[in-house]
Amino acid sequence: MEKPIRVLVGKPGLDGHDRGAKVIARALRDAGMEVIYTGLRQTPEQIVQAAIQEDVDCVAVSILSGAHNTLLPKINQLLIDGDAADILFVAGGVIPEADIQFLKDNGVKAVFTPGTPTTVSIDFIKENVKR
Amino acid sequence: MYDDKKLDGLKDSLRDYEAKVEKSIARFPERKEVFYTGSKEKVDRLYTPLDLEEDDFNEKIGFPGSYPYTRGVQPNMYRGRLWTMRMYAGFATAEESNKRYKYLVEQGSSGLSVAFDLPTQIGYDSDHALSEGEVGKVGVAIDSLADMEILFDGIPLDKVSTSMTINAPAAVLLAMYIAVAEKQGVEASKLRGTIQNDILKEYIARGTYIFPTEPSMRLITDIFEYCSEEVPLWNTISISGYHIREAGSTAAQEVGFTLSDGIAYVEAALKAGLDVDTFGPRLSFFFNAHNDLLEEVAKYRAARRLWAKIMKERFGAKDPKSMMMKFHTQTGGSTLTAQQTENNIVRVTIQTLAAVLGGTQSLHTNSKDEALALPTEESVMTALRTQQIVAHESGVTNTVDPLAGSYYIEAKTSEIEEAAMEYIKRIDEIGGAAKAIDEGYIQREIMDAAYNYQKDVEDGEAIVVGVNKYQIEEETPQNLLRVDPIVGENQKKKLRALKESRDQAAVDKALLELKKVAQSDENIMPAILAAVKTYASLGEITDVLREVFGEYKQAVIV
Repeated sequence: MEKPIRVLVGKPGLDGHDRGAKVIARALRDAGMEVIYTGLRQTPEQIVQAAIQEDVDCVAVSILSGAHNTLLPKINQLLIDGDAADILFVAGGVIPEADIQFLKDNGVKAVFTPGTPTTVSIDFIKENVKR
Repeated sequence: MYDDKKLDGLKDSLRDYEAKVEKSIARFPERKEVFYTGSKEKVDRLYTPLDLEEDDFNEKIGFPGSYPYTRGVQPNMYRGRLWTMRMYAGFATAEESNKRYKYLVEQGSSGLSVAFDLPTQIGYDSDHALSEGEVGKVGVAIDSLADMEILFDGIPLDKVSTSMTINAPAAVLLAMYIAVAEKQGVEASKLRGTIQNDILKEYIARGTYIFPTEPSMRLITDIFEYCSEEVPLWNTISISGYHIREAGSTAAQEVGFTLSDGIAYVEAALKAGLDVDTFGPRLSFFFNAHNDLLEEVAKYRAARRLWAKIMKERFGAKDPKSMMMKFHTQTGGSTLTAQQTENNIVRVTIQTLAAVLGGTQSLHTNSKDEALALPTEESVMTALRTQQIVAHESGVTNTVDPLAGSYYIEAKTSEIEEAAMEYIKRIDEIGGAAKAIDEGYIQREIMDAAYNYQKDVEDGEAIVVGVNKYQIEEETPQNLLRVDPIVGENQKKKLRALKESRDQAAVDKALLELKKVAQSDENIMPAILAAVKTYASLGEITDVLREVFGEYKQAVIV
C-alpha cells in the first residue's frame, strides 16, 4: 500500500484563530493523510524545524493576523536553507488577493482564501506533493 | 400557561391540521425531509400553545426588568435609551486610531471600543522578536502609557464609555486608562467602560493567553476587588461567548460554555473572599449574532433567564443587579463571505435585528469587507448606519421584547436553556470550566460542531449564498485597508526614545516592587498602576509577571 501523505499544519504568528487550521487538519486526516498540528504561536523556525523532523511532504499554514507578508517568505527561506525546498508549501486564511502574487513569488505554491472547500485544498496537495 | 379545557380542544384541531398537511405533503413533498436551525437543531413545522403547556408565565417569561429577566434587564428597554452603538476599532498607531475614534464619535457612535494589536494582547513590546510583522495589524500597538495618552488625546474620559478587548494583560491596560484619566483630571470613580478580562475563553478559543490558569484567575479577582472600591462603575469582565461561537460552536454551546466560564469566575471571587453582591453587578457578557434570526433571539433570552437563576439559586445573590445579565453583541465575523461582499451588509442587518430583538445593551456591527481585511472608514460607516436604521426606522424598538409569546420563540428559548444547562452539568461533573478546558472537553465539543458545519456546507446541506450557491465570477475587491509596514519600525523607534528619556531608577524600583507584590497575595493593581505611571513598558511589566507566574501551555486539541 502507498505510504500516506504527511502534512504539518502550522499556525505562524500570534493570532489565535485556529478554527480553519483545525478544520483543515481534520479534513486532511479524513482524506487519509497523516497530519501533525503545531498548535498556536509558532515561529517560522519552529514550523520548519518540525517539518524537517517529522519528514512531512507538505507544510500547510493558516494565518489570519495580516502578518503573512513577513512570516511566509521567512518560512520559505528556512525551507530552502534546511535543504527542504521539496516540501510543498501552501497557506490559507484572510489573505488579500493583492498579496497572493507576492507570496507565490516567495515559494507559497497555493493560497486558499475564505470559502474554499476543503476538497480543493486536499486535491491540490494530492496533486502537487513530490514523492 | 393556558386553560386546560381550551388546550384539549386545541389538541383536536392540531390533529385535524396534521392530517390535512400529511395529505398535501404526500402530493407535494416539502423542500426538505427535516428542517434545521443554523445550529443544526430540528425545527417543527408548527408551534402552538401545546408546546408551552407546562410553562408558568411568571416563572418563564414574566416582565422586563424583573426576575428572571427573560424579557430584558430594563423595564422599558429601548423606549428609554437605545443600546450603545459601539464600534470595535483600532489599527496601526495610537495617532491613527485616535483619529478613527473621533470620526466614529462624530458619526454618532456612542461608546468607544479599543482593538489592540496581537503583541499588546500577549504582553510583548513592539520590539520583541515575536512581534515582527504583527505590530499595528489587527489593532493599535500600545507599548506604554505614552501611547495610551495619544490614543485618548482630546477624548474626555468622563464623557465616553470605553470597552477594551484585552484579556491576559487587562490589569496593565486598565491601569494605563486610569492613569490617562488622572492626567485629564478625571477621577477613577467616574470612569465607565469594560475590560474583556476573560481568560478562560482565551484558552478555549481566542488564543491570547499568557499566564497559567491559577495566577490568571488571581489577576481577575484582584481586578474585581480593586474596581469595586476604586472604579465602581467599571464592568470588570466581559464573559465572552463570541469567540466560542466564532470557533464553530452551536448556539446552545455558546450559552452553556460561556455561563460555565461565568460560574468559574464567580467561584474564584467567592474563594478570594469577595461577596457575590459586590462584584456580581459588574459582571457583563458578550455574545455573537449569527444568521438564524429566531434561534439567536431565543438564545439571548435563554442566556438571561439561566444566568439569573444561577446567580440567585446557586450563588445566593440578593441584589437584583447581580442577577441581571447585561451583554454586548457583535455580529458574526465567521458568517461573512469573501465572495460578493455586498451581501454581507444584508447578513449584518439580520444579525443586528437578532441582537436588538434579543435585548442587547450594546452592539458592534461588522463591516462588509472583513472577510478580506480590516474595514475601511466607508464600510464601517455602512455598518454603523445599519444599526441606526434598525434603531430609528424598523420600529422594533417601540415595544419591549416584541417576539415574546411567539410559540416558537418561547419553545426555542426553553430548549436552548435546557441544552445549555446540560453542558453546564457536564462541566460541573468534570470539575469546572478550567478543568474541562485542560482536558480538552470544551475545545473538542466546539471542534466537532465546526467540522460538522463545514461538511454541511461542502455537501450543500447548509447553503451560503455566493459560496456554495449563486456563485458568480467577480473582480477582485479594491480599496481594502492596508496597514503600512513602516508602523512597526516607527513604533520601535518611539519605544527606544521613551526608554532613553524616562527616569530609569523609578522604573526599576516600581518593577521590583511589582515582583514582590506578585509573589505575595496582596492585591496587584496598585503596584501595576505605580509601574505604569513610571512609563515602564507593557512588555517589561508582563515580563515581571511571566517570571513569577510562568506561562500557559496549550493543550493541542484537533
